[in-house]
Amino acid sequence: MGLNLEIVVIGLNHKTAPVEVRERLSGFLNQKGPAHTSLKGQFGLREILFLTTCNRVEIFFTSEEPDQTIQELTTYWSAGILQKPSDPLPGFYIYRAEEAVRHLFRVAASLDSLVIGEPQILGQIKDAYRQAVDHQTTGAILNRLLHKTFSVAKRIRTETGIASHAVSISFAAVELSKKIFQDLSGKKVLLIGAGEMAELAAEHLLNNKVQKIIVANRTLERAMELAKRWHGQAISLEEIPSALVETDIVISSTGASETILFYPEVKTIMKQRRQRPLFFIDIAVPRDIDPKINEIDNVYLYDIDDLEGVVAQNIAERKQEALQAERIIQEESIKFRSWLEGIDVVPTILALRKKMDDIQQGEWKKAGTVLQGLTSEQHKAVEIMTHSIINKVLHYPITFLKEQVPDNHKNEKIDQIQKIFNLNEGMEVE
Amino acid sequence: MAPFFFKCALGLYLLGSLGYILYIIFQKKPLARLSYGFLALGFIAHSLSIGFWSIQNGYFPVSNLKESLSFFAWAIIGVYLLIQLRFNILVLGSFLSPVASVMMISSSFLPLQAEVVNPLIRNLWLMIHVGTIFIGNGIFAVAFLAGIMYLIQERQIKSKHFGPFYHRLPSLEVLDSLNYNCLILGFPLLTMGMLSGAIFAHYTLGYFWRWDPKEVWSLITWLIYAILLHGRLTTGWRGRRSAMISIIGFTVLIFSFLGLNFLVKGYHSFSAFQVSSPEVWETKPKKTPQN
Repeated sequence: MGLNLEIVVIGLNHKTAPVEVRERLSGFLNQKGPAHTSLKGQFGLREILFLTTCNRVEIFFTSEEPDQTIQELTTYWSAGILQKPSDPLPGFYIYRAEEAVRHLFRVAASLDSLVIGEPQILGQIKDAYRQAVDHQTTGAILNRLLHKTFSVAKRIRTETGIASHAVSISFAAVELSKKIFQDLSGKKVLLIGAGEMAELAAEHLLNNKVQKIIVANRTLERAMELAKRWHGQAISLEEIPSALVETDIVISSTGASETILFYPEVKTIMKQRRQRPLFFIDIAVPRDIDPKINEIDNVYLYDIDDLEGVVAQNIAERKQEALQAERIIQEESIKFRSWLEGIDVVPTILALRKKMDDIQQGEWKKAGTVLQGLTSEQHKAVEIMTHSIINKVLHYPITFLKEQVPDNHKNEKIDQIQKIFNLNEGMEVE
Repeated sequence: MAPFFFKCALGLYLLGSLGYILYIIFQKKPLARLSYGFLALGFIAHSLSIGFWSIQNGYFPVSNLKESLSFFAWAIIGVYLLIQLRFNILVLGSFLSPVASVMMISSSFLPLQAEVVNPLIRNLWLMIHVGTIFIGNGIFAVAFLAGIMYLIQERQIKSKHFGPFYHRLPSLEVLDSLNYNCLILGFPLLTMGMLSGAIFAHYTLGYFWRWDPKEVWSLITWLIYAILLHGRLTTGWRGRRSAMISIIGFTVLIFSFLGLNFLVKGYHSFSAFQVSSPEVWETKPKKTPQN
């Protein structure tokens, strides 16, 4: 191993500690200004990355004396967040070396989240990394690790179905609409009654470019209020049957205790609609719509239990996909370990040469038509010339890298060269 | 040349089908694109095979079951390749390419008959008759599969239990519009095919229509599709009903294409085009063919 640094993560998350403890810890970390600066250079910490989200507080670091750093850091934190010294120690977890790498990959791929596959966490890690870079607390190892993390997360998102199916009622309703109608633009939505979930579903549908929202309510005032918000149209409950002739998706959530829409009514409406499909989403309890209408051709009815069933199926499916994601993480963490073991000047020099060769190739291509007139001898001469320019330019950084220095300085030098020549390029996401 | 290209086409179709089946299982798009490429290459090889054969013999290779199955498969693949460009329903390939491949395999196993064909078959009207009918059949095969896909998908949405097909099949609206488009394309071709057949019969045999069993069953097929088209255009038949009728229509179509040949003998049955069949002598041309 080129460097004697070990990657470690210490943290708390929603599974190991209640929210008060997590809040206290993040408050404690930030009490003396940003956590990065207050810990920089302490306890033998060489590189630091803090990740604080509503579900977790974690520190990733590298240290040459990991045992000691862990010991000191946990003592320091425990003291900071325990209200009485007699309180039990909060549920810290500690992962080291390859396990720490795997943990970060799992967090970034959202395998460790409350809702598997949720998309926010990757953005939060990117923010955390940006902060660490701003405070200059990352070096060659964490830089590389984070870039790798972004590409692993992206790979998992594209290669597995971990984030593909809706796990909330309102999104599930939108997904179903798309399985019936494909394209929602040009479709009209009728919202009967109101309520948080119904409004959320309506907003999701609007985001999917539905043409118009019609709002029906017991009190016309409330209907007008909602209609104004979505630039829609307000109607009274009596006008529903005629509105049904032109709408495609109906979200119903009235507080009415009896059924408001019956089988024969819908049957007649379908004739007037010339059988164009009609999708009812009944999220009212008790239900607003006669369940029998699901039997009518081209009419689809989902009540709240049905939607919850869909969500449960999707969650189960995500868990299934998570197994595949774990396999990818296993594979990538092994790759990262072999990089870590080989971290040395040699791979950096190779990467540097490859970069220059790529640039040369690119320029040849760009100049293509102009250089076509050259004879093969002239062609060769230009090639030799560009090569020797590259070699002369590379001479300085390579000598700089090869100078004999202690291990920890070598790390910094590699990092500098990697930054100057942007050698991590291509591993980044976006 | 023709048998060589036929073998190429068969091999490529099999590769394409395999790829499409793997695609529907693993849902990796590159697999479907690759398979589309195989089918497209297979189609070119198949067209060459048919082309060489036709130039050599002066008519389309549809004088027996062996050749007709291959021609049918050619039409189905050709129609699919075009529909894919317009509708981009990759998963349709997973349903369609195995059907075409099975036809090709059956065709390749049927014995090659020593052929002395009736000169009647070298006629422009017959070429139009055969060409339009087969392309129309290919389109109806797509409508049939779209219908099956629609019924599967509709069942899943109505029952609220999503099986493995739910995420793999397109939306109901896409499947229904595919069904509709196939209908408005296929119906005129079928009509043209039947009219050109009648004209051919008139020129060569002296009558337009003879109530031959194949003609009767084709008329039934035509009526089914006519009713469906009418229903769609006027009273808004769509979805499940349209899917069911397309399936019934195609079943009748296949019966009149294949089943009748085994059950009854008429001048449309494949053996009739061979000189050995006594029937051809009975229906000797009253006029010589026009070309």
